[in-house]
Amino acid sequence: MNIIDDIILHSPALIVAIPLLGAFLTPLVSKINDKLRNIFVIFIVLFTSAIVLLLANDIYLVCGKIHTYVFGGNAPITEGGFAIRILFEVDGLNIFMALIATILAIAGVIYSWAFMKENTGLDKYYTLYLLMIAGMYGMILTGDMFNFFVFLEITSIASCALIAFWTNKGKAIDAGFKYIVVSATGALFVLFAIAILYGQYNALNMAVLASKIQFSFLDKIALVILISGLAMKAGIVPMHMWLPDAYGRAPASVTLILVGVTQASLYGALRMIFTLYGGKLTTTMNQIGDVSIDLNLVLGIFIVGLALLTIFIGVLMALKENNFKRMIAFAAVAEIGYMILAIGAALTTVFSTNDAGTGMMALKGGVFHILNDALDVGLLFLVAGAIYYATKETSLNQLGGLARNMKYTTIFFLIGLLAVSGMPPMNGFASKLIIYESTYQVNPILSIIAILCSILLLAVFVKVFHSAFLGPKLPKFDNVKEVPKSMLLAMGIIATIIIFIGLFPDMVVNYIVQPAVNALTNNSNYISNVIGGI
Amino acid sequence: MSGMSRIVKTITNVAFPIVLIYGLYVIAHGHLTPGGGFQGGAVVASGLAMLLVAYGSIWVIGKVKEKQLSILESIGAIGFIGLAFLGILMVFIYSSFQGNFFNNFLINQNEIPLFNEIGAGLANINTAGVIPLMNFAVGLKVIAGLFAIVLVMAYATRIKEGK
Repeated sequence: MNIIDDIILHSPALIVAIPLLGAFLTPLVSKINDKLRNIFVIFIVLFTSAIVLLLANDIYLVCGKIHTYVFGGNAPITEGGFAIRILFEVDGLNIFMALIATILAIAGVIYSWAFMKENTGLDKYYTLYLLMIAGMYGMILTGDMFNFFVFLEITSIASCALIAFWTNKGKAIDAGFKYIVVSATGALFVLFAIAILYGQYNALNMAVLASKIQFSFLDKIALVILISGLAMKAGIVPMHMWLPDAYGRAPASVTLILVGVTQASLYGALRMIFTLYGGKLTTTMNQIGDVSIDLNLVLGIFIVGLALLTIFIGVLMALKENNFKRMIAFAAVAEIGYMILAIGAALTTVFSTNDAGTGMMALKGGVFHILNDALDVGLLFLVAGAIYYATKETSLNQLGGLARNMKYTTIFFLIGLLAVSGMPPMNGFASKLIIYESTYQVNPILSIIAILCSILLLAVFVKVFHSAFLGPKLPKFDNVKEVPKSMLLAMGIIATIIIFIGLFPDMVVNYIVQPAVNALTNNSNYISNVIGGI
Repeated sequence: MSGMSRIVKTITNVAFPIVLIYGLYVIAHGHLTPGGGFQGGAVVASGLAMLLVAYGSIWVIGKVKEKQLSILESIGAIGFIGLAFLGILMVFIYSSFQGNFFNNFLINQNEIPLFNEIGAGLANINTAGVIPLMNFAVGLKVIAGLFAIVLVMAYATRIKEGK
């Protein structure tokens, strides 16, 4: 057995463990030299990324393969159906999310080099940063409900401290406090739901739970609590108030990882709905008065309603916002709305016999849009951070004429603008088109609202582009220079991937999105693979 | 903050070793009795906080620096995760086992005569493989971390008194 096989075998643990080890080594390394610490952190992230790529290659090689990893022993002890030991279960969806997290982590850590250079306390910054990355990977890869909660808390605490990193600005502390209150509440909701499930079925493993679940009244309560708790973390509209503050006040490199954490929470909701409850959603009828409706229809319509609200409020708030980063944060809220619109539309149709194709299509669009949103919004936040770095200004009223001094940043912003508003050559177009087409099959009004809000999003960013980059040269920005190379490199990596996905969307859909959708819809495969592994 | 009266200092001198030993007992017996690394570490850290209150932060900061504590804290965390990593490397030690992350590699083997007994006396400290070692690592981290927090907070109050 050679070393590569060994690494692939242990990869689910290593992906979480190596950033964790790096996080605790960082304070020691930074005692030696600051530059060495930066190189060390970048090395840790690149090494983790290499392992993620190896694992991805292994997963995609065989269709429907699930890589199961048992912690602390060779096989979990099962006594009377009580599965002890933590399992990591990596299927197409997990590895898809891990690839997104990898891109964001690489770009964020490279960007931090120059962006955070002038700050003090950087050893703590990098420690927390790696902890946050480790928590994000853990949330994505774990197959254990309680483990999921633990990683949720790790990311919450690390990101709270990082949001409030610029403590000399009082509003950052305010944003951090708001974030920790909302995310702690959300995490407790999740814990409560896990307790309900554990009390009934004596199991914490997702696959074991999915095979045992009966869909009793308590399970319905647990489902509602799980979805609302994770929606709080994902920033879906009634619970979105922490998001603009947290995204707007955090350093841009932190915001990038926060986007990834939000997507990981969304992944959690997807996993709970489709894998945990997937087998029972269709067969359960819900009695409302005298009418009985399929439960997946109720859930789907409810989620679609939330999605429309999210898109609308996100776009309208972005239209009136003057602060650059808060505006992008509201646009990010709207983008999350698109994802859950597709997921809700998929829920209404994917389980039915005659219309399953539409549901699969919508799910494909939604999952694909998770990738695209992370890249687009991430790139825009990095550009906003670059503008703040160069001018120390975030209000759009004060900016102007920056295209003359910062030509690369302008190009990157233009790419992000076109991508986020779904214009043809970029990746946003590809996924949004799938969402429009599939939601049109469900109900034409949905796709009309979606297209309208996408146009409004374009209007928002054209306004930003005009007021920040175009126009006459302002005298106070005479000595503004282009940002350092490491920041340009980080933005360049994301922009390249955006253009690549925009040019070859079918390749990406076939190779990495389709396995993820298959993994979502085929929960019996998940159960049999994992329990067979036990 | 400054120190307290001679009576308080004398009582602290008497109580501190007892608190310390009790905390270390809770850490060492984590796998046998209720408690463990975190709980025992918190007991020891509360003893250190008592020392801080009795003798004052100026005296304590002359003895121990916050940076040294943060190094100690990192070492505790690295020890914990390092033991977990050693579980993977078990395959190189024994060649017959398939290692795993967080594997209890010291138990049920004869190559390394350390913490490997089981059944000989369940109340002995050497019957749980790596678990006591991990408890010590967590205990070190908790002692250093909690004491660093208390120390920094006490030091900050001194700055406010000075104003």
